[in-house]
Amino acid sequence: MPIIDMRNLTFTYTGAGKPSILGVDILVEPGEFVVLTGPSGCGKTTVCRCLNGLVPNFYSGEMTGNVKVTDLDVRKTSTMELAKYVGFVFQNPENQLFSLSAERDVAFGPENLGLPRDEIRRRVDWALQATGISNLRNMAPYELSGGQQQRAAIAAVLAMKPTLMVLDEPTSFLDPKSAQEILDVISRLNRELKITIFLVEHRLDAVSRYADRVIVMDKGRVVLDGKPFDVYGEQAWLIGVGVPKVTMLFRLLRKDGISLDSIPITVEDATKELRRKLTS
Amino acid sequence: MIEVENLCFTYPNGKDVLFNVDLKVQDGEFVAIMGENGAGKTTLVRHFNGLLKPTTGRILVDGNDTRKSSVASLARSVGLVFQNPDHQLFCETVKDEVAFSLKNFGYPEETVERRVRGILETLDLMSYIDSSPFMLSGGERKRVALASVLVWNPKHVVLDEPTIGQDYQQKDRLRNFILQLNTQGKTVIVVTHDVEFIAECKPRVIVLSTGRIVGDGPAVDILTDEQLVNKASLVRPQIAKLMSSLSDVGLPTNVIDLFTARSVLASKLERI
Repeated sequence: MPIIDMRNLTFTYTGAGKPSILGVDILVEPGEFVVLTGPSGCGKTTVCRCLNGLVPNFYSGEMTGNVKVTDLDVRKTSTMELAKYVGFVFQNPENQLFSLSAERDVAFGPENLGLPRDEIRRRVDWALQATGISNLRNMAPYELSGGQQQRAAIAAVLAMKPTLMVLDEPTSFLDPKSAQEILDVISRLNRELKITIFLVEHRLDAVSRYADRVIVMDKGRVVLDGKPFDVYGEQAWLIGVGVPKVTMLFRLLRKDGISLDSIPITVEDATKELRRKLTS
Repeated sequence: MIEVENLCFTYPNGKDVLFNVDLKVQDGEFVAIMGENGAGKTTLVRHFNGLLKPTTGRILVDGNDTRKSSVASLARSVGLVFQNPDHQLFCETVKDEVAFSLKNFGYPEETVERRVRGILETLDLMSYIDSSPFMLSGGERKRVALASVLVWNPKHVVLDEPTIGQDYQQKDRLRNFILQLNTQGKTVIVVTHDVEFIAECKPRVIVLSTGRIVGDGPAVDILTDEQLVNKASLVRPQIAKLMSSLSDVGLPTNVIDLFTARSVLASKLERI
């Protein structure tokens, strides 16, 4: 049974002239690591909002089609019930943090699940450590930089131990090294705890190595869906997807008439292929 | 010219953020300020239009000491685009938002209309002219914030993390636009973590780490310096990594952008 089951979903925000998403089909199996990408304004955030019921329960509008998450119909399930299974990290961490310390923010979710005190403490420690902000636990959100805030927001979701995590560009505000660390953390949650990951991301160079699948949207529709290697072709590039630089380099070289056996998605694979060519 | 002399800054809560920063940005320069989260990049650039005043040291903008000038007068020459567009946007339509500053500066109606349309076209926002900024996506709001500052044509433009939430095509457009501003003689200062973006623009790069300047030089020198890049929590661009890991088979290590890498490799591989 898919953990995300979105079929023929169309949604138009109240007051908008045209639908933000149009006939979207997305199926995600438990344990998958799926990356959703596409040009700005293509409907990625709206898809995410459909997964925790913010659309249409909070952002009103007209919805047709079906969306089920962990077998629950999003429209008929309360946000509180969904929150037990689906963790959501927003684009902007400031919208997510509200306490006077990072620690309080992270404890908020588990407290509301009614967990015993010891368990809450354990989860808070673990989540703060996993996101590398144990030393910032007593800081208020406004004392943290953008990147540190996003880590706190991720920690707050982690502490709920969700079965599905939906992350809407969680690394945007992070410096490259912290972004890599966060992606490592997300990947570990996926591998070790089998949490299903649904990640919206522009920076495909950093995330490609972890993704089982990449879905590309354009103008409200899903236009590509497959393994990273299969998706990063000419079409993705033309739409405006940030195909990894090494992938682009190899495609350009092929255009220049250079014969290359494979098109890499990581620097390591690119290095191997070029070394072979240059030393042969 | 923007001159920073021995700048130290401490927030009212006692947190020290900047230590003895000395920096000169000439008119018409294109500069990127890079460094880890919390390094003090945003704090530094907020001094340029007087939003923050030095704890000690001083900032001169075209010779004017920022402690003695109001933000309103400094803003005419230094346009600052915030990292988070929601800190900046408040009007009901994109058009009103972008026209706001020009109206306040007292420009005639026709000039306002023409300039607003011009900048919206450049930033691919014309189709949203009558939409509410809050109906737009994160990436689009970011461009509206950019438009609302660039529209008054400030002499120095400071962009705090302009590429966040922008897709590849938008970044390409932004890059061309920045280079265009720069050719027009404007000073462009970009605060960013986006090493791939900077690798394609190749400006002067200033590296800030824990409140101090630890590197200053051409992008090619800075972004291929693994030790320096690591220190500031950055990573080397993919192309730089690729080229340096193949230096033993004769590839140059001073390449960071796609275009140069393509021509270097094409000529090398053609001969095989």
